[in-house]
Amino acid sequence: MTQASSQLSFANTAEIHTVQSALETKSVTLAYEQNVIAKNLSVEIPNGKFTVIVGPNGCGKSTLLRSLSRLLLPQSGEILLNGENIHSQSTREVAKKLGLLPQSAIAPNGIKVIDLVSRGRFPHQKWFQPWSEADQKAVELAMQATGVMDFAQHNVDQLSGGQRQRVWVAMALAQETSLLLLDEPTTYLDIAHQIELMDLFQDLNRVQGHTLVAVLHDLNHACRYADHLIMIKAGKVIATGSPNEIVTEDLIKQVFGLSCLILPDPISNTPLIIPRGRAAKTS
Amino acid sequence: MISNSINFKNINLRSVFAIPSEISLAVALTITLGITLIFFTLFIGDDVVNNLQSIWHLITGEADKYQSIVVWQWRASRLFSALVIGAALGISGAVFQSLVRNPLGSPDITGFNVGAFTGVLVSIALFGNFYWYSVIGSLIGGLAAAILVYIFAYKDGHSGFRLIIVGIAISATLTAFNQWLSLTVSLETAMTAALWSAGSLNGMTWGRILPASLLILLLVGLALLLNTRMKLLEMGDDIAAALGLSVNKTRLLLMLIGVSLTAVPTAITGPISFISLAAPQIARRLHSQQHITLVGSALVGAFLLMTADFIGQHSWQNATLPVGLVTISLGGLYLVYLIIREGK
Repeated sequence: MTQASSQLSFANTAEIHTVQSALETKSVTLAYEQNVIAKNLSVEIPNGKFTVIVGPNGCGKSTLLRSLSRLLLPQSGEILLNGENIHSQSTREVAKKLGLLPQSAIAPNGIKVIDLVSRGRFPHQKWFQPWSEADQKAVELAMQATGVMDFAQHNVDQLSGGQRQRVWVAMALAQETSLLLLDEPTTYLDIAHQIELMDLFQDLNRVQGHTLVAVLHDLNHACRYADHLIMIKAGKVIATGSPNEIVTEDLIKQVFGLSCLILPDPISNTPLIIPRGRAAKTS
Repeated sequence: MISNSINFKNINLRSVFAIPSEISLAVALTITLGITLIFFTLFIGDDVVNNLQSIWHLITGEADKYQSIVVWQWRASRLFSALVIGAALGISGAVFQSLVRNPLGSPDITGFNVGAFTGVLVSIALFGNFYWYSVIGSLIGGLAAAILVYIFAYKDGHSGFRLIIVGIAISATLTAFNQWLSLTVSLETAMTAALWSAGSLNGMTWGRILPASLLILLLVGLALLLNTRMKLLEMGDDIAAALGLSVNKTRLLLMLIGVSLTAVPTAITGPISFISLAAPQIARRLHSQQHITLVGSALVGAFLLMTADFIGQHSWQNATLPVGLVTISLGGLYLVYLIIREGK
């Protein structure tokens, strides 16, 4: 391949990328006041894929997600939503395109499931506009997709952790956005509820066509469910790509400082990470 | 609504075991008591013939002029003031308890009403005792107190609890400042101020209450318009923003409305404590789903202030207590109860 043709193909892919990425950061600096979390960070979220962001505690992955969802204004650089600067669009416009499930959501006392899910319709409603059929339809579809229809009239605080998390997902779905951002959605859930929720996300991605971005702690969940993996350490992207392409023992060592063994997952044929831990030292 | 986990447990138990009929019984009792009190306040007492026929004459307007003046000019305007101001204070409390996500986060605890009263005192000292000067002074004072609390409580964002603690400190400081101010001004002004500082509905004529009522009505309307947004904010800033709400703008607007709904009443009656604190919480317990609603808080606030004024007027023979004194006494008991329960 000649020098010229390789440059040509590079230009082509760059052009395709701007079309394909639903959301991207262009060399952003993210900071909370003086505390700089990431410098010159560029990340692309491919359209229609399930992207998972992983990295050690404090690496800036949640901060990145906050900036991607317009909650945090970058000190420099820009964030593009469908090719347009996210901060030149109003909160409400963004809320029609991008839904977020933050870690910090507080369910109001004694609120019914259906009422909480209905709040997802807020960005579509105008002053003095009555509840429409479209609103009702969106809420019903969201509750069906997440399997919370049966407890529509229950109080949210009477539900189990897994059910409650599905209600929050339903609220974000009622927003009818093509993009859905999830900040550690499986934290505090038991293993069965974690898998149930991850399967739900996979369905939302594959069946309903949502572009998903999730920050996860569990590397094996990340490898099994992600189409596209972004590995971050200390505010820098260390590797991106499909789990099968990028996850190696060396990479895990580099990013997490963890010595591990990687086997093919016998069920999904994705990388299965087995930490060596102290057991390796004594054997 | 309430960040306290202990509280959550209580509410869970309540919503599981609450018998709806019991709640509606409480609501029915409150309404009956309210109507009875309105009736008694208007028609029973000295200077008016106390029998059904003359009461009927008063209602139809056939009574003699003196009795009509007593009932419709003096008593009715005072009653109306109690209802309107109680409602304003109740909504103000509901707005702030929602913003701070804590039942203690009400403007009478965080000192916004004391700040408003400082504004009134300064305006009296500088310009004399004029109605609209007092209202404007009160608004400025209340807002200044709120800004002070926000600045001092800021540390990597605002936590509800820090706002409350700083608010109590600012409140104490402003109380001291108010006393110093009373000592430095002329005797006449000081006496006006002293009378006012207890919070009283004395001398509440129609001419005095109606202009303020219009302002309060406007503010209540705005608060009701922002109700949906306020409910979204309760779920946390992140999710409210994710749902397309301009979080800071909405919070600022709600704060302005909340402070104004405390400041306007303070301008015409002096500081009346504990209505803002208690009304939303009582309203929540009367609500079938334990929600704090603006309308519920307004109704309970109106009921509480009317009741407190009734007690103030009728508990002592030949003397009336300022309503602020009654609410502070009753409210003090309630505050002790609240602290004991939160501390459990």
